[in-house]
Amino acid sequence: MNITQLTLLETIKGLKENKFSEEELNKAYQQKIAELNPKLNAFLVTAEGSKGIPVAIKDIIITKNIPTTAGSKILEGFIPPFDATVVQKLKEQNIRVVGKTNCDEFAMGSSGENSAYGPTKNPWDLTKVPGGSSSGSAVAVAADLAVFSLGTDTGGSIRQPASLSGVVGLKPSYGRVSRYGVIALASSLDQIGPFTKSVADARQVLEWISGPDGYDPNCTNSEFSIFNFQFSMKDLRIGLPREYFGKGLDEGVEKVIKDAVKKIEELGAEIVEVQLPHTEYAIAAYYIVLPSEVSANLARFDGIRFGSSRKNFGAEVKRRIMLGTYTLSAGYFDDYFMKAAKVRTLIKQDFEKAFEKCDVIVGPASPTVAWNLGEKADDPLAMYFSDAYTIPANLAGIPGLCLPCGFSQGLPVGLQILGKYMDEETILNVGEIYEQATEWHKEKPPLSPAKERNI
Amino acid sequence: MALTRDQVKHVAKLANLPLTEEEEVHYAKQLSQILDYVDQLEKADTKGVEPAFNVIPHFNVFQAGETQPSLSQDEALANASNKKDGYFVIKGVFEE
Repeated sequence: MNITQLTLLETIKGLKENKFSEEELNKAYQQKIAELNPKLNAFLVTAEGSKGIPVAIKDIIITKNIPTTAGSKILEGFIPPFDATVVQKLKEQNIRVVGKTNCDEFAMGSSGENSAYGPTKNPWDLTKVPGGSSSGSAVAVAADLAVFSLGTDTGGSIRQPASLSGVVGLKPSYGRVSRYGVIALASSLDQIGPFTKSVADARQVLEWISGPDGYDPNCTNSEFSIFNFQFSMKDLRIGLPREYFGKGLDEGVEKVIKDAVKKIEELGAEIVEVQLPHTEYAIAAYYIVLPSEVSANLARFDGIRFGSSRKNFGAEVKRRIMLGTYTLSAGYFDDYFMKAAKVRTLIKQDFEKAFEKCDVIVGPASPTVAWNLGEKADDPLAMYFSDAYTIPANLAGIPGLCLPCGFSQGLPVGLQILGKYMDEETILNVGEIYEQATEWHKEKPPLSPAKERNI
Repeated sequence: MALTRDQVKHVAKLANLPLTEEEEVHYAKQLSQILDYVDQLEKADTKGVEPAFNVIPHFNVFQAGETQPSLSQDEALANASNKKDGYFVIKGVFEE
């Protein structure tokens, strides 16, 4: 039995049945990290320990007494005096923070390359990006350096790296999880969610981290409970949005996604075509809303209470602060921020109308597989387009799941399943049925060879 | 919508962002490209559409005004680069 390949639920079971001890579990992961992290740069800092279930936390989520940088030089040396609510909640479940994962600086990026501490490498091909911004959290799970991890998703930062790195990633509904102790990017969009080795694991982690704590006013009465898992796709209507299969979608990815849709149909679901006509405006609206909120949120980094001089921000962070300051400045507010907020309403209404005809919406999470390191590094617009299929869900506040569904050019492709607001249950059900009927989630990157499982 | 270098300077000042000359030139170009791209929103018909600043209609969420345990003074000051007698040292408002 290879302990580090077990899912969270298998790990819990193994511990309960004394198949291995917590010491053995932690030692196995520690060895794996020592062996692979120098190649992958998934962790910025690791914490030794022998108790609990080893879990990786994105470095934008603060951890008491463990340095937290958000991938930025401006926070170098920052040691948080308290735990984020999600970390506290996980600790109540016998979770140990095994390390803080690399990410694009302040979660601004789609490739992991905007980290001030060097890029994370894709374990399927070390010359490729793993996706971002939660690059290290995706890779830590893909390469079996942690049982699961937490990331944040503001415009796709969980689902897109999950797709490019070949793991399960869940963005819960806006307001499902308290963000207290998470360094804010865009407060009307940010959500915390897990990267896991199975859909059932994502369901478990969501139950652990969801629910209000009184410190995030957008998170009220939102606890997620695991209901009886229904094992049938019958009576489920799966919406296929034409707009997610158009220009910009790589042919290889399209083929893999269409095969996955066919599989879902074979499993008994009804496929219906839906329309999301305002999708074409999503990136433009997002790159007004997000930088505007960024310029306000990042004003707190004044180098007085924590952190250093604002000149230590990286290029993309400065770019977005500048953009947001401009779009909010006198004379431009109505043209930009107000207009984007109205378009946001249209995008939200698109989903509401589509969900009258279907239970979930299915499509690609990323228009391409992982690309070469450096390929889009100084072309911000090209980088922004890589989130074309994930951004609309953040603008609308709805939940999205991404899970492995095949390969193109030897690199993983992720299937995105979007659900109605606060209906994670149905997307997890669809994902789990698909996962149980396929073998894609069992594939392991060449860095950690897939061996026969004994459990 | 092309941004001039003077506009970039002005925005950088508003944002309290020290930029090098090289950055000013670079950002003038890149921000103009991004603004050109987002200008396509003009095509979207938003007549009579309400803006969505947040996707859930929460207004005035209150919490009880009770005292709770908080960070100690030492903890709160632990990450400050400049402190004196248990206080943060900040930039002068009327003098440096």
